[in-house]
Amino acid sequence: MITRREVIETNEMIQKENLDVRTITMGISLLDCMDAELDTCCKKIRDKIYNKAKNLVKTGKDIEKEFGIPIVNKRISVTPIGLIGSSCCRTPEDFAKIAKTLDDVAKEVGVNFIGGYSALVSKGSTPSDELLMKSIPLALSITDRVCSSVNLGSTKTGINMDAVRLMGDIIKETAELTKEQDSLGCAKLVVFCNAPDDNPFMAGAFHGVTEGDCVVHVGVSGPGVVKTALEKVRGENFEVLCETVKKTAFKVTRVGQLVAKEASARLGVPFGIIDLSLAPTPAIGDSVADILCEIGLEHAGAPGTTAALALLNDQVKKGGVMASSYVGGLSGAFIPVSEDQGMINAVEAGALTLEKLEAMTCVCSVGLDMIAIPGDTKATTISGIIADELAIGMVNAKTTAVRIIPVIGKGVGETVEFGGLLGHAPIMPVNNFSCDAFVNRGGRIPAPIHSFKN
Amino acid sequence: MKKTIITVVGKDGVGIIAKVCTYLANNKINIEDISQTIVHGYFNMMMVVDMNESSKSFGEISSELAEVGEEIGVVIRLQREEIFDSMHRI
Repeated sequence: MITRREVIETNEMIQKENLDVRTITMGISLLDCMDAELDTCCKKIRDKIYNKAKNLVKTGKDIEKEFGIPIVNKRISVTPIGLIGSSCCRTPEDFAKIAKTLDDVAKEVGVNFIGGYSALVSKGSTPSDELLMKSIPLALSITDRVCSSVNLGSTKTGINMDAVRLMGDIIKETAELTKEQDSLGCAKLVVFCNAPDDNPFMAGAFHGVTEGDCVVHVGVSGPGVVKTALEKVRGENFEVLCETVKKTAFKVTRVGQLVAKEASARLGVPFGIIDLSLAPTPAIGDSVADILCEIGLEHAGAPGTTAALALLNDQVKKGGVMASSYVGGLSGAFIPVSEDQGMINAVEAGALTLEKLEAMTCVCSVGLDMIAIPGDTKATTISGIIADELAIGMVNAKTTAVRIIPVIGKGVGETVEFGGLLGHAPIMPVNNFSCDAFVNRGGRIPAPIHSFKN
Repeated sequence: MKKTIITVVGKDGVGIIAKVCTYLANNKINIEDISQTIVHGYFNMMMVVDMNESSKSFGEISSELAEVGEEIGVVIRLQREEIFDSMHRI
């Protein structure tokens, strides 16, 4: 029998410490929607997504009510559109039409984001992949809920530097086309190395070709719960610290597992994975940076930050893995700047720089995330930043990503407001020494050797 | 069969249990366990109930109980037992 103390503990986590299920994401394969006619393809896409996801939002709300746990986002991920549009799209505008279809059906079923406006080009790009990449600025400027991602490299293939160079331009162009909204389009565009096929989190979610027809993934969260648990073990040694994080992660993940199973049963769709991520929001008390401070740092970015983040990330996984039957996605601590009030404070205090963030991404998921930089940053510099981050992922066989926003018309010292879950961010300085000659070489960086495993 | 947990939290006053139990009785909801305490003047109650005989849906009962709570100045929550089970039991 459940005790009153346990009931109170759970409800305090929910009410005071922002425990929630961050997202239920339905992955839908669109491979059977391919067609030689663009209009037919769009219609098939709309119909399939509508049929699969029409009850998603209602089911999510029912579960929220019955268990008393908020499910913040209900989302959809689809097969990379670079594949789906390959036989009917002849121009970037054709691809943008598919983006519009995705946006319309997302609004129709009531999800807040739909991911998968994507291309997988880790080794090379097909003509349709190139068209999709070139259509991203237009697609993100005419849609509200579509998220775009491009996988530019992997440990097995190396890094496609031609595509890295192109994406530097695309990010700038997207910023330009959405400059009226502080370059918001770039907040919905992420580039990856080793992108997972089953990630439920935006902006990088897409339904990989290794997945089944339709599947439900759940992303859990709960930085506030971890922070509160750590407040009770101040001054204790690392063993106590790690055990506390692990136990808390276990509890948080069990809730995610319950919600995932329930959603899967009610929707009649197989359960895919739980993504064990500590995902912050701009809400006070829902911050990964605050956990780092609780571990013993004055600000995120102080010496010791990378070590603290490494242990946090590892303990979250150790606790979470046992709590769920299938774990996947990104699974780790997210360190977005604009979506985490503690990170914003650290940047404003001068404690946290782009370079330190890059070091932090070596030990956690996922990468340079939601970082606002001056609008006049050169495209090649953005490509250079991307190449550095992807190299970390490639060599360490982990997922890394870049979601960076050159805010047109703004410079260092100014602030940008994205609103809602995307938050606000101070514009961070960028190292402006040139990498033009490096980025413009063309070709790809070969895959690294990993001790001749084969 | 699946159980439901009701929690009632708020400032202590006369007749809180009576009000809640009357509502439950009128809706054929059986109370299987009940425990209650006062901490610093705050009323804190937990009930385990069986709602299988009730003709109303979970959502309806949840909203109506929340209204009962508002009338008497306490917060009443209705949650399925599984969320606590999954978090606290392996």
